Amino acid sequence: MLDQSYYAKADEIIDQYGGEPSALIPIMQAIQGEYRYLPGELLTYVAGKIGVTEAKACSVATFYENFSFDPKGKYVIKVCDGTACHVRKSMPVLEALYEKLGLSKEKKTTDDMMFTVETVSCLGACGLAPTLMVNEEVHPRMTPEKARELIDQLRGGAGA
Amino acid sequence: MIQDRTTLVQAREEAKKTLDSYDCRILVCSGTGCIATGSEKIYEKFLEIAGDVPGVTLEFAPHDEKAHLGVKKTGCQGICELGPLVRIQKGAETVQYTKVQIDDCQEIFEKSVLGSEIVERLLYQKGGLHCKRPEDIPFIAKQTRIVLKNCGKYDAESLEEYLASGGFQALEKAMFEMDPDQVIAEVDKSGLRGRGGGGFPAGKKWVQVARQKETTRYVVCNGDEGDPGAFMDGSVMEGDPYRMIEGMILAAYAVRAQNGYIYVRAEYPNSVARLRHAIAILEEQGMLGDHILGTDFSFHLHINKGAGAFVCGEGSALTASIEGSRGMPRVKPPRTVEQGLWAKPTVLNNVETYANVPEIILKGADWFRTIGTEGSPGTKTFSLTGSIENTGLIEVPMGTTLREIIFDIGGGLKSGAAFKAVQIGGPSGGCLTSKHLDVPLDFDSVKKYGAIVGSGGLVVMDENTCMVEVARFFMSFTQRESCGKCGPCRIGTKRMLEILEKIVDGKGEPEDLDKLEHLAHFVKDRSLCGLGKSAPLPVLSTIQNFREEYMEHIVDKSCAAHVCKAMRVYAIDPEKCKGCTKCARNCPAGAISGNRKEPHEIDAAKCIKCGACMDNCAFGAVYVK
Repeated sequence: MLDQSYYAKADEIIDQYGGEPSALIPIMQAIQGEYRYLPGELLTYVAGKIGVTEAKACSVATFYENFSFDPKGKYVIKVCDGTACHVRKSMPVLEALYEKLGLSKEKKTTDDMMFTVETVSCLGACGLAPTLMVNEEVHPRMTPEKARELIDQLRGGAGA
Repeated sequence: MIQDRTTLVQAREEAKKTLDSYDCRILVCSGTGCIATGSEKIYEKFLEIAGDVPGVTLEFAPHDEKAHLGVKKTGCQGICELGPLVRIQKGAETVQYTKVQIDDCQEIFEKSVLGSEIVERLLYQKGGLHCKRPEDIPFIAKQTRIVLKNCGKYDAESLEEYLASGGFQALEKAMFEMDPDQVIAEVDKSGLRGRGGGGFPAGKKWVQVARQKETTRYVVCNGDEGDPGAFMDGSVMEGDPYRMIEGMILAAYAVRAQNGYIYVRAEYPNSVARLRHAIAILEEQGMLGDHILGTDFSFHLHINKGAGAFVCGEGSALTASIEGSRGMPRVKPPRTVEQGLWAKPTVLNNVETYANVPEIILKGADWFRTIGTEGSPGTKTFSLTGSIENTGLIEVPMGTTLREIIFDIGGGLKSGAAFKAVQIGGPSGGCLTSKHLDVPLDFDSVKKYGAIVGSGGLVVMDENTCMVEVARFFMSFTQRESCGKCGPCRIGTKRMLEILEKIVDGKGEPEDLDKLEHLAHFVKDRSLCGLGKSAPLPVLSTIQNFREEYMEHIVDKSCAAHVCKAMRVYAIDPEKCKGCTKCARNCPAGAISGNRKEPHEIDAAKCIKCGACMDNCAFGAVYVK
């Protein structure tokens, strides 16, 4: 059962977007922006509030790659695997992160909820390939070595 | 408030005066690329330095005798590879600095802003060239900029600067000197074709929407630039948001639409932020909303953020997504111009298309047709990436050859490698090879060679790229992004991917190539939407141009580019090996043997091709045969 504050937040967000059925996606995006994932209970709640069926809400939420029903880490790292990054060797960067954090294609988030590692198709900074994005910040010209250092830095920063 | 034509003209005059009053402007690039290399900090640093200097005012102060300085964040200055980029502009003279670091700011400020010296080491230098002004740099000199005209020159967030650059002159002309049908006629006559990939004439769409009986109409901008390797639209949205919005307002005026939507990829947070900001300013000023410029024309503009589905770049999927549904394409007809968003007539164009409209209205269709080719007038932006010396954002006339783009503008291949192919049009496109270097890049010519101009991603590949692996890469992308509505795309792309994976895994069989081609044609001919119809193009085009490379993978089980892991054969050069044993200790399969201080050997039968030996060798003795 979710804390009452989650529902209050959802109400606030629904108000902000006007509560029309067509606002489903922006509302879910705002909720996910708040909690870094989309709690299933809130999806049901939002659906009821804005007048779409739960089935429809669920079908939309599962269609789009950006929505996640699983909680994500504090740092969401998106390794770009767009064409430019791919030909400039982005996969070794991803593998280095997987290895360093003990993650894989199936297990995307560390147990301490610090890091989530995903791939993304293009970040639009192809001139500086290979790139990755930590939350909303783009890091250019990555190498496996730099990726490992980045994790250490983020870990260090989090403790401070 | 800009409530009518007079106040608009006044606001523009004022803005020009402000712009002219600067003694010096520090223009810091804040495109996605430069922000990634730290340009925000450079901007802050310049503000800090400037704030400490007595006698320098940062704000515009009329009748002020003091030196007047502007520190501005501009759109993409182009040479992303050399960022962070900074320009120092004094009157008509501009100096371009590259790779500016925090520690360089003080020196730049003292020498080039306060004084008139140049910081030589930060200039663009390549192969004996030493360029002071941006226009001296071949990469920039050889471009023709319409859409990117303002990028790098003006503050991307400031309406004032957009006005000073001549912004909203086109809208003024359209609203007070032309009726909506004349605007449509001008765009139609210009021959402007959709820059999103298909190349459908924009004017034709507008004509069709204007002809509908239904009077509730929409103008929608497709900013869901999902092609991996393409960032032109993102650069336009974040670099000159007002230009694109002006184009949309013009479209709305022309087809008498009341509401507009911009659909932007969620992966472009900068674009979303700049557009939101621009829309808020325009609403505040009365340039968006009810009774624009005191007329009875009203237009409201909204932003929708994508949620990570490539298929939403397809028109009917995009409108479904705005409506709050799954972004799945539907059967056409009815087409978007008849029943688009909420089943109303809708003009749907892409970012670059809209950004072309203001100049067309202002300078006329005849002017526009002097640029580019007969069938494809105007310019095209490309994002030039991959194995090329100068990566970045370019805009060239349609019909420019690949050779000019890669060698004259792009500076040739990175570290002098041999050119192999260029992938054009992303996952919906194909590859062009050295045979095609002199093919003019325009919508119709490129199609003849099994590729498409697409939205404009150009990824240059050298001899270290495996074309089979590239085909697999694109197929895995489209397979993942297939929405699953129609069978040919959902199942066909999956089967094609399996065959490609088998081939790069060294398990290909001779009949695989035929199967692959057969499936490719099947998916191409029978899929419902553009995503499925074009998904097989990268495969067909690589087979057509690099059949031998496929055969090498299938028959000889070898990958000449050493990319396909399963086909690598690792070996140790006995001349270079010092016998340090590090590789043997790191080999997870126990495949390396040898005595200390003697050359080691790899047992190919045991080797799992993980590459740990190569990564760990300090002497570069491990190589791939």
